[in-house]
Amino acid sequence: MSKVSLEINGKKISKEIPDHTTLSIFLRDILNLTGTHVGCDTSQCGACVVHVDGKSIKSCTALAADLDGSKITTIEGLTTNGKMHPMQEAFKKLHGLQCGFCTPGMVMSAIDLLKNKKNPSDTEIRDWLEGNICRCTGYQNIVAAVKEAASKM
Amino acid sequence: MASLVGSRVERKEDKKLLTGRGKYTADVNFIHQTYAYFVRSPHARAEIKKVDISKASKAPGVVAVLTGADIANDKIGGLIAGWRIKSEDGSDMKVPAHPPLANESVNYVGDHVAVVIAESLDEARSAADLVKVDYKILKAVVKTKDAMDSDQIYKDIPKNMCFDWLLGDRAKVKEAFDKADKIIKIDIINNRLIPNAMEPRAANADYNPSTEEITLYTTSQNPHLARIIISAFNGVAPENKLRVIAPDVGGGFGSKIYPYAEEVVCSWAAKKIERPVKWVADRTESFLSDCHGRDHVTHAELAVKNDGTFLGFKNETIANIGAYASVFGTVTPTYLFGPCATGVYKMPAAYTNVKAVYTNTAPVDAYRGAGRPEATYTIETLVEKAARELGMDPAEIRMKNFPTEFPFQQTLVHSVDSGDYNAGLKKAMEMGEYESFEKRKKESESRGKLRGIGFCTYFEACGIAPSPVVMMLGCGIGLWESAEVRFNPTGNVTVFTGSHSHGQGHDTTFAQIAADQLGIPIENIEIAHGDTDKGPFGYGTYGSRSLTVGGTAIVKACDKIVAKGKRVAAKMLEVNEDEVDFNNGEFVVAKSNKKKTIGEVAFACYLPGTYGEVKSPLPDGEEPGLKETSFFDPANFSFPAGSHICEVEVDQDTGETKVVKYTAVDDFGTIINPLIVEGQVHGGLAQGIGQALYENCHYDDSGQLVTASYMDYTMPRADNFTDFNLGFTCTPATSNPLGTKGCGEAGAIAAPPAVMNAVIDAIGKEISMPATAEKVWAACNKKNKNSEAA
Repeated sequence: MSKVSLEINGKKISKEIPDHTTLSIFLRDILNLTGTHVGCDTSQCGACVVHVDGKSIKSCTALAADLDGSKITTIEGLTTNGKMHPMQEAFKKLHGLQCGFCTPGMVMSAIDLLKNKKNPSDTEIRDWLEGNICRCTGYQNIVAAVKEAASKM
Repeated sequence: MASLVGSRVERKEDKKLLTGRGKYTADVNFIHQTYAYFVRSPHARAEIKKVDISKASKAPGVVAVLTGADIANDKIGGLIAGWRIKSEDGSDMKVPAHPPLANESVNYVGDHVAVVIAESLDEARSAADLVKVDYKILKAVVKTKDAMDSDQIYKDIPKNMCFDWLLGDRAKVKEAFDKADKIIKIDIINNRLIPNAMEPRAANADYNPSTEEITLYTTSQNPHLARIIISAFNGVAPENKLRVIAPDVGGGFGSKIYPYAEEVVCSWAAKKIERPVKWVADRTESFLSDCHGRDHVTHAELAVKNDGTFLGFKNETIANIGAYASVFGTVTPTYLFGPCATGVYKMPAAYTNVKAVYTNTAPVDAYRGAGRPEATYTIETLVEKAARELGMDPAEIRMKNFPTEFPFQQTLVHSVDSGDYNAGLKKAMEMGEYESFEKRKKESESRGKLRGIGFCTYFEACGIAPSPVVMMLGCGIGLWESAEVRFNPTGNVTVFTGSHSHGQGHDTTFAQIAADQLGIPIENIEIAHGDTDKGPFGYGTYGSRSLTVGGTAIVKACDKIVAKGKRVAAKMLEVNEDEVDFNNGEFVVAKSNKKKTIGEVAFACYLPGTYGEVKSPLPDGEEPGLKETSFFDPANFSFPAGSHICEVEVDQDTGETKVVKYTAVDDFGTIINPLIVEGQVHGGLAQGIGQALYENCHYDDSGQLVTASYMDYTMPRADNFTDFNLGFTCTPATSNPLGTKGCGEAGAIAAPPAVMNAVIDAIGKEISMPATAEKVWAACNKKNKNSEAA
């Protein structure tokens, strides 16, 4: 067992957890933050992407204990006073989601892209999102949403 | 109030999904819940000699270990094939037993042998390793083509053949072929795919000992069907003691239409141990045990005159249906395939013969398009080859054979009510700049790349389905759809539908329809689905049916609401019923200022007494309340159609093929929400292009699934595509009042032949799907070879 202290969506949290607890399990099963999804076991699909100290990572293959002291933002932490983040607004406006399962990871990943690159091209967006699989949308409206968000952020 | 039908209304369901507040089955937890882990067969084919659970039962945290013997003792029924197909000789299809936990034999890698139920998932998984199964390994039957000549898997099923089905007239086809100037022949493979909804399948079953009711949360496109199967066929609980809830579901694409062994086992086990049992597939389990799609080996021929007129068509297909006949596993390669295989053309004579074979692979069932992609790939590959061999333009040969009068009696089954195929193809050629293709080809060549162009014109049968027709063809159920429209006393509305939304946006589209019909704001309408305890029985969502069948049920229920509202409003306004009109949410009396809003009428319906100055609004004999139900059974299928043109660029040095330009012009009839429809087309195209260029399910000769992770099975990703160019034409369907035809599968149906025809055009050689870099490179770099083996 390890004691892990994290700041999650602005809240400080300390828990005793088994050493092998992944961050996704910690979020979903221990904190009931089920917005972070798990779609594969091989760190390929990207449904589980969250931000650790501002950078996007795949939470299904990160050990929570390794991240002791980090600041974590999940999809639930993006809204402020009930208002959605511009990326979330853009996904809604341009129909960048269908079943919604890959969406939290997609949104978290896209926000990280815009942190590094203010006005990415279509190709840069498509390359960046290569680690997030969506089976519903064919990606076109996702790319459009990221561009829309870039123009608003 | 402006009409919402036809508007790009942003989706009502998005906010919860975008903020992490969606509730998927894996997010559902119960107090005292246990965790199930399935022991699966590591062998493709084996006899089970013994299952020893003694060690596993004693492992830490284990609550129960259940096996096929327990299933048999409790008389839990097997999984079913939902559609009875008859062979050409009149005999019934042959179906092996499919117990939810195997008892005597296992028949594919991933087949269910036992379930370990423990206090935690870790403990269940660890204990599963201690279940000792003594197998006698047998030689697996794997390859579709060879299945009939391989070892016999089931004692009573010779040649491993489920059925040998014929649709059409062989003698007429022979006559037509005798008259032909030229016969075009192809041998193609429709590659096996794995559906890969991003949400892995899951179930959480809770048993309430006091009411003796099971509540099953599950990842289903069709909770009502799950309930009736688990009750009536598996016998886990009577229907009135089983509630099935499919909450938010993360995609289905056909793979979640019907219940699997896991839902049956979790429900049965929850009742047995009187505790909730939760199971969530990991991705490898999904690859192994979700039903797969496609997997046809086809020889087809087209008889043509020298001027390009089609005379006849033959189609000899072997369809691999996997180890067991799944619910829609037998209809997919027959009635969903055969009738559409003559394509969108006048075809004087045709037949389709399908031999469905069992193999030691996962069951094959409906996957986006289900039968129609296979049909379209067959005919469109032939038609393009015919154009090449006759030296005709691919558009010209198609237009020459399009029907121009509707209704069009299609060769094998369907009477197509409406369409304008010439208009669609012309529009696609304009939008796709067909005239200037040669210029773009030269430009690509200047960069050392090969460029090719490919066409696909398709039609499909959706709006599944007229129940009397499908039942006559062997379907074990009706395929109508239901709706209940319930005005709440305060004037807002809940619409219950028997269909299910798992990405299609019903919460929005259906609300648009109801808002228009009832003349109330869309914000005041809630769409309820996915819970068998809420709303009427329905048949779920697949086959691009929900809007056409389920949406129409909503229209009809709204009509009944308005009819009752008129009677009540007439009483309230003290006029005759025939003097009342209903417009934009108001009951009005012509040439007067008398009117009542539908909200006022609804409120009055719930307060039918007389008090003070308010008189009872209800006419004599009228029941209080305002709630109406409708069951809609369509008179015909609906027939979306379209023209897709694809351009690819091939790098001869690496074999890499990229779709560089893709134009899709579809006729879906009336479009309710263009924003959502475009999204459906985009998604279908990605799956269709995925099939053509990237995706392939591969079993090795021993029946091991080699492509069982995202590192081995190529899922299309954002960087595989460029933007698609979409256009629409509209000939409204005549079989439903909305005029809709269905849009969910079009992309997956049209894209594979459009892409492959473009690849063949680019490299000048026939090649099988998926046209991976390796295959294309080999084809480009092999000299003097016209075709390439699969």
